[in-house]
Amino acid sequence: MTGEAPLVRIRGLRKNFGAHTVLDGIDLDVQQGEVTVLLGPSGAGKSTLLRCVNHLERPDAGFVEVAGEIIGYRYRRGRLYETRSSALTAQRARIGMVFQQFNLFPHLTVLDNIIEGPIATGRATRRDATALARDLLDQVGLGGREQSYPKQLSGGQQQRVAIARALAMRPRLMLFDEPTSALDPELVGDVLGVMKALARTGMTMLVVTHEIGFAREVADTVVFLDGGRVVESGAPSIVLADPRNERAKAFLSAVL
Amino acid sequence: MTNTEQGSLRLSAIPSDTETNSVVVSDTELLSARLVPLRKPGQWISAAVLLLLLAMVAHTLVTNPRFQWGVVWSYFGTGPILRGLLLTLWLTAAVLVCGYLIGIGLALMRLSGNPILRAVSFGYVWLVRSVPPLVQLLFWYELASLYPELSLGIPFGRAFVTVRTAHLFTGLLAAFVALTLDVAAFSAEIVRGGILSVEPGQSQAAQALGLSRWRIFRRIVLPQAMPAIIPASGNLLIGMLKATSIVSVIAVADLLYSVQLIYNQNFLIIPLLLVATIWYVVLTTILSVGQYYVERHYARGGNRPRPPSRLWTIARANLPIFPRRRTTLVSVS
Repeated sequence: MTGEAPLVRIRGLRKNFGAHTVLDGIDLDVQQGEVTVLLGPSGAGKSTLLRCVNHLERPDAGFVEVAGEIIGYRYRRGRLYETRSSALTAQRARIGMVFQQFNLFPHLTVLDNIIEGPIATGRATRRDATALARDLLDQVGLGGREQSYPKQLSGGQQQRVAIARALAMRPRLMLFDEPTSALDPELVGDVLGVMKALARTGMTMLVVTHEIGFAREVADTVVFLDGGRVVESGAPSIVLADPRNERAKAFLSAVL
Repeated sequence: MTNTEQGSLRLSAIPSDTETNSVVVSDTELLSARLVPLRKPGQWISAAVLLLLLAMVAHTLVTNPRFQWGVVWSYFGTGPILRGLLLTLWLTAAVLVCGYLIGIGLALMRLSGNPILRAVSFGYVWLVRSVPPLVQLLFWYELASLYPELSLGIPFGRAFVTVRTAHLFTGLLAAFVALTLDVAAFSAEIVRGGILSVEPGQSQAAQALGLSRWRIFRRIVLPQAMPAIIPASGNLLIGMLKATSIVSVIAVADLLYSVQLIYNQNFLIIPLLLVATIWYVVLTTILSVGQYYVERHYARGGNRPRPPSRLWTIARANLPIFPRRRTTLVSVS
């Protein structure tokens, strides 16, 4: 709330899959250091919106700007040209992403999963990357598991490794795509705990989740999506307690 | 008859051994009783029949003088045979390496978003898989009659270098080109299948980390595709080792042709074919062992426990002549 330009600016974002419109003109700002939680029924476009932010999906119209740079495109004389993959690679390296299915690399150890990104992008030497990885593993409560393979860990542990892997790139923005949806209920708390701690460090986070409790406690802004549009947005105390939109009302009364 | 009259199904339908069951046995006796497994005479009989047949085969191999084992061993390690063997080996290696490089390219073309690349890759694989390798080989050998001269230059324009095809396409080059193009088509399908077996989330996660496309393929996708690629590739490699023997029809001095040269002189056909056969068996055995270790290497982080690495343990586990060891299944938590 410093009056600076927001870290993420999304304007007029549209995405179709065939004849089906998934995103129907999204405008959204995320301020530096804030946690924004995206809520909405399945099919509302939450995950697609998240995936457009690091260009895993190519939007059909509109743009996403992170830290003043248009993601995946370069503006020149009235046109947005899609950038070469090397430029996109550099942009993505500044945006961490955590997936519902963890997507750890099963053929690499926990340590190799974490140091792969920093080494591949030339950001750190192997020694520095390893030191950072050990530090991050301690922070997510998995110190000493460096040499395990992902399959030897529980789902909650795997997701915490995935968070450490994303953090090893020292991102300015973290995207979480339903990080706890694939977990057994008793493992959800550990992952949410790590995310809360991360939020307290001032990390800018954009989170798709169904954990209303997490939204209420941690989010600075809650955005409610339906049918590819933002139908409600604001502080959790307002949006969660007294939604004006009918669809949001129905959704919240169903999940609460 | 009696039970329906009495309105009861009790006992009479069941033979009298229910009486022996009804004898009271104490728990101590039951606990001290020896457990006798079910006898399976069928297994013993079929094993005995097979052993007998094997013994007959072994007997005839040893006693039939027309195998001429003395001749076999006298030619086994001689110069012409070893030179043919060497040619077979390096031709196989060169064909496999070059064929796989082209095959990986074809697989990536087939999976690309560009419809022209996809169609060309599909068409190539379709055509080459449709033509028998021997026919392809003869086509390349006879290329001179189709194009007497080959030149390098601007398409539809000036030529810079021109060579006579007959000089360039010797039997050996024709063999190399024909077999390489054949391997390329088959390996393309093997590699494509392997890549498709890797979850799309893997390359998305790698993209999100900011890895380059080449690095994603080499470091993330390919290693996970390998468990699907290796068994089929082992097959292709062993198949190609033996398929190189077709080059003998265009007088390339591989293992088979070297053997043929000798038996055309001395008419010791069977013993010399045995020489080639034994060498092919030896090479295939070595390749199979190699395949085992490569498969083991790529089993890292997999669902199943890694297979053992010591030769003796492997032999015990895979050869049926050793009694099966009872091991508890190791579960991976």
